[in-house]
Amino acid sequence: MSFCAVRKCVRKMIMKYEMEIKKMVSLYYFRLSAARGGRSRDRWGLAFVLPSLAGVLAFYVLPYLDVIRRAFVRTMTGEFAGLSNFRQVLGNPAFCLAAANTARMMGVSVPILVVCSLMLAVPLQKGIQGGTWYKSGLLIPMAIPAASVVLLWQCIFARQGFLNGLLHLFGIPGTDWMNTGYAFAILVFSYVWKNLGYSVILWIAALEGIPAEIHEAARIDGAGEWVIFFRITVPNLFSAFFTITVLSLINSFKVFREAYLVAGDYPDESIYMLQHLFNNWYRNLDVDKMAAGAVLSGAVLLALVSLFWKRWEGK
Amino acid sequence: MRFKKGHVILRVFLGVLAFVCCYPIIFLLTGAFMGQGEAAENLRPVFAGGEGFAAWSLIPFQPTFRSCVELIFDTPDFFVMFWNSMKITGGILAGQALFGIPAAWGFARYRFRFHRGLFFLYIAMMMMPFQVMMLSDYLVIKQMNLMDTMGAILLPGIFSTLPVFIICQFFKEIPEELLEAARIDGAGEGDIFFRVGLPLGKAGIISAMVLQFLECWNMLEQPMAFFKTPSLWPLSMFQPQITAETAGTAFAASVFALLPAIWVFLAGHEFLEQGIQGYYSRGSASAGRHTG
Repeated sequence: MSFCAVRKCVRKMIMKYEMEIKKMVSLYYFRLSAARGGRSRDRWGLAFVLPSLAGVLAFYVLPYLDVIRRAFVRTMTGEFAGLSNFRQVLGNPAFCLAAANTARMMGVSVPILVVCSLMLAVPLQKGIQGGTWYKSGLLIPMAIPAASVVLLWQCIFARQGFLNGLLHLFGIPGTDWMNTGYAFAILVFSYVWKNLGYSVILWIAALEGIPAEIHEAARIDGAGEWVIFFRITVPNLFSAFFTITVLSLINSFKVFREAYLVAGDYPDESIYMLQHLFNNWYRNLDVDKMAAGAVLSGAVLLALVSLFWKRWEGK
Repeated sequence: MRFKKGHVILRVFLGVLAFVCCYPIIFLLTGAFMGQGEAAENLRPVFAGGEGFAAWSLIPFQPTFRSCVELIFDTPDFFVMFWNSMKITGGILAGQALFGIPAAWGFARYRFRFHRGLFFLYIAMMMMPFQVMMLSDYLVIKQMNLMDTMGAILLPGIFSTLPVFIICQFFKEIPEELLEAARIDGAGEGDIFFRVGLPLGKAGIISAMVLQFLECWNMLEQPMAFFKTPSLWPLSMFQPQITAETAGTAFAASVFALLPAIWVFLAGHEFLEQGIQGYYSRGSASAGRHTG
């Protein structure tokens, strides 16, 4: 038999038993992957992660561990300092002021943001005409650089700015808004302004997670819109509420940009926050205090994150 | 009928709110196209003191490109900064694509040793604000002799863990059956990543890139801490000594800084929304889906 004839014969057989062969091969592969698969395949996962992990370890984790070490050491002499760095930070009046302001900032602005964004998300999720336009409009502040916003604020809130000009028309004496207690309110406003769209999107995602049938059933039973909102929507949103609150808390740290650009290193006392303090420590290279401060605030944030993580993992 | 009336009120309210959100853009545009004289006249009280209050109008009386032209031709610093911003943003995004996307794929599709612990580490790092990480950044940058070079911003930025988290949420949504099918057809794990993962996770990748573009373009704290040489400064640090006379230029500069961000926003706002939702719905929807 010639070689050509053999090939023809084999091809015929393959065509005849194509389905069977494919099935067998796939079964073999399936068995193979089931038998030894799990572990050797998962090694691939580590291979994918490794380059990024190396960078994360080198640039974030290991230096942070070094910071934790430094928090317990006196930099000048290099000797073990126990808790004295922490004591120094906690006893520092600037730290107390900054921590109190940061807490107050979070305590005021986060509830405002969470409630306002929910109120906006409910109608937007129901789908009103032009909803995407409103959503985009609310999101735009995310794209506006802080420096540009600051230019507007200077014009509005300066001693001779627009706001005082407007008040003057009504015969009300104005103040220097950015350098008095009002600075705090302005900062809260800017935080809400910047994060509103973001939170609305999150709430909409959460609302879409509630099955429509529940609402239908309630409506058929004759419940009004408000009853449905408070009895069905709100109880179903607890886990979302939690997630959004934690994310908002963490984002509230970023409001510092505006505060810094408007008022510089030493702003009005009411908006002197932890970030200003860290910045000033950094400028003086006060390593002891910075390390202790970074460990303290890192611990608080880590606690928040692990709460978020538990919820998020859903276990 | 009553319902209808509520609808109108709601839409007016939403419209006003959206206008308030967008107003800074309009304000900057107005300022940029206002003649130098007009801007100076309007804002003299804010920047130079004197009597009276600042004034403004919704549109400039004599619109002109004068300020923009002056900025482009008479301010070489501005160009350098614009270019620096481009370099920082482009460099970080490219690096994140190179390192972050495979990492997200690894976290989303495989269960290796320490999987959960490492992912927790990534989430923790993504939540830390810059001020908390400032000292550790400083230490590592100094150790590597990167102080006052582009690397001081680029390297930590590239290994930021936020894009990994977001892209991971999207990769998790790809059904496992699809990957199994590819494996049966003889595709290697690398092939699966390039041929199945990347095309199907495109939305997630773009979302993360849009979010990160806005983040990097407006980056302020890092350059302020690690760049001393003004020739390295990005656009976000451009703050000319504003006087009433140069106010127009400042406005034009702000508009130019704003344009790329707005362009990216308009081109990708749908992806941006999806990316934000990744925090909530995708996370809870797909958690614990495959436990193998």
